[in-house]
Amino acid sequence: MLPESVIHVDGLRKTFVVPEREAGLRAAIRALFRRKTRPVRAVDGISFDISPGEVVGFLGPNGAGKTTTLKMLSGLLFPTEGDVRVLGHVPSRREKAFLRRITLVMGNRNQLQWDIPAVDSFELNRAIYRIPRRDFEEIRDEVVELLEVQDLLHKPVRNLSLGERMKMEIVGALLHRPQVLFLDEPTIGLDVTMQKRIRSFIGTYNRRHGATVLLTSHYMADVLALCKRVIVIHHGRILFDGALAALSSQFAAYKTIGVTLQDGQADLSAYGEVLRRDGETFTIRVAKADASGVTARLLAEHQVIDLTIEDPPIEDVIELVFAQEATDGDGEPIGEPTA
Amino acid sequence: MSAELRTAAGPSAEAPVPEEGRFRSMASMYLTLFKTSIVVGFQYRVANLLYMIGMIAEPVIYLVVWSTIARSQGGSVGGFTPGEFAAYYIVWTLVRQFNIVFTPYGWEWRIREGQLSGQLLKPVHPIHYDIADIAGWKFVVIVLWLPIAAVLTLIFHPTLNPTVLQVAVFAVAIWGAYLIRTMNLWLLGMVTFWTTRVAALFELYFVMELLLSGRLVPLSLMPHWVQVLACFLPFKWTFGFPIEALVADLPAGELLGGLAMQALWIAIGAGLVWIMWRRAVRRYTAVNN
Repeated sequence: MLPESVIHVDGLRKTFVVPEREAGLRAAIRALFRRKTRPVRAVDGISFDISPGEVVGFLGPNGAGKTTTLKMLSGLLFPTEGDVRVLGHVPSRREKAFLRRITLVMGNRNQLQWDIPAVDSFELNRAIYRIPRRDFEEIRDEVVELLEVQDLLHKPVRNLSLGERMKMEIVGALLHRPQVLFLDEPTIGLDVTMQKRIRSFIGTYNRRHGATVLLTSHYMADVLALCKRVIVIHHGRILFDGALAALSSQFAAYKTIGVTLQDGQADLSAYGEVLRRDGETFTIRVAKADASGVTARLLAEHQVIDLTIEDPPIEDVIELVFAQEATDGDGEPIGEPTA
Repeated sequence: MSAELRTAAGPSAEAPVPEEGRFRSMASMYLTLFKTSIVVGFQYRVANLLYMIGMIAEPVIYLVVWSTIARSQGGSVGGFTPGEFAAYYIVWTLVRQFNIVFTPYGWEWRIREGQLSGQLLKPVHPIHYDIADIAGWKFVVIVLWLPIAAVLTLIFHPTLNPTVLQVAVFAVAIWGAYLIRTMNLWLLGMVTFWTTRVAALFELYFVMELLLSGRLVPLSLMPHWVQVLACFLPFKWTFGFPIEALVADLPAGELLGGLAMQALWIAIGAGLVWIMWRRAVRRYTAVNN
């Protein structure tokens, strides 16, 4: 364990016992007398540490174990095995001092009261978190201003759009100024502008208050904008934990070379796989090890107007990571019982 | 290790927001939930009124049946005249509104919809939400109940002459009934954490409550052994006792003893909820929530 860790996870496992039944009447009758279950490992021995103020992207496909991990870190679920500390607390004990310092925002869940204006729900949170009025008003006004939701405060929550509601959910979740933010798909279902606004808010909040953020998202734009570090999880296991930049260099087997030539009729198929051709500009995919050699040859053999070498898009890299795991994996029946 | 981590977390993160006093903030939470619940209750006033009218059917049927029997037997049954039956069942309607709590059937919904996840993340026991929220709704109910009670009074002419002490004990007892039932139905609802096949258990509870609480019939009309048994179970203190506190001619000792029994059942219920909750929450799997 790193001494400066805000979040410390060591050998964390979560196994759900799920009922199993075959289709048909006979199986239904049999299940009345003998219930069959099977253990499903949603999180399978993961370990990591997160330092104060870090914003970490927690990536993985559906059912990878991301949400289960966040729920264990926030005290909603009891781990089956392993050691978890958040701000020095064992989350599953759900001590009040711990709950007052964290928040979990789930993009697909509504925690505000549906029938009343959000400002009244905020007032309720003030009482629940025992926030002195002056601090409460100061924090509320700051977050409301950052998210630009002054006009929405007095509208009943049921009358807000999805994006507006999400912003209000975030305000409500931050009124007690948590030091650790668990954000589970905070931009899910939102339009691009709204995603950008929320993304920018999270970044500002992190910088301004030194909050530690663990974020899951299927939108790579969220991750690229906010996270220097990513943890990639699949089938409950960590496949990668490190700098976002290192993910490409470690897993991407190829690079893409964009080249604009004087002679637009040239045939570049001998240099690599030509992905696109747009006038005089070509996009070629080459093996990572060959990238410098191919570049040198292009420069020597053609009149090059412009040339760029890029790592593949992060989505492709992550896809590669999962594909690699699927090939190397031991095929154990692990996975989260959620859609 | 904890201290080490706490210290380590300090430098870059801000100091936590100071805390307001526990009792002050708890009172503020209850008040806010009361207000919220009243606002929501009045938003759905027509639905609430129709719901109440629907609920009136049950005691009116009991009242008509027992009044008819009383008249056919020369004016009373077990010492109850039609006017006393009217008083019993009209007060019944108010007590019933007061002892409505979060249904155990709602627990599955609460877990499925993620409501419980949200509450588990808050530094307050979720039972406070239910107590405060449904208590606030009762203020709406009283307003809607008044015209219904007036109509029933005009039709059935209740005999009701309570003393000041009876009114005071009744005012406390209806809240006592509410808290006992909250604890009982929380205990029942939490069974959902272990199995979802709980409907039969819930029904068994409600049948016992119907027979042993004074809901179906005043307990004094039941066999002696039932009356004795009822004294040792919680049901009577949620229905029969509050009603009789107002309509029957109970001596002061019995009235105060009844409140003491309510306090005892609240304490027992709260203790059991505390124990069961600690085990139940460990089993919370919050599927997809």
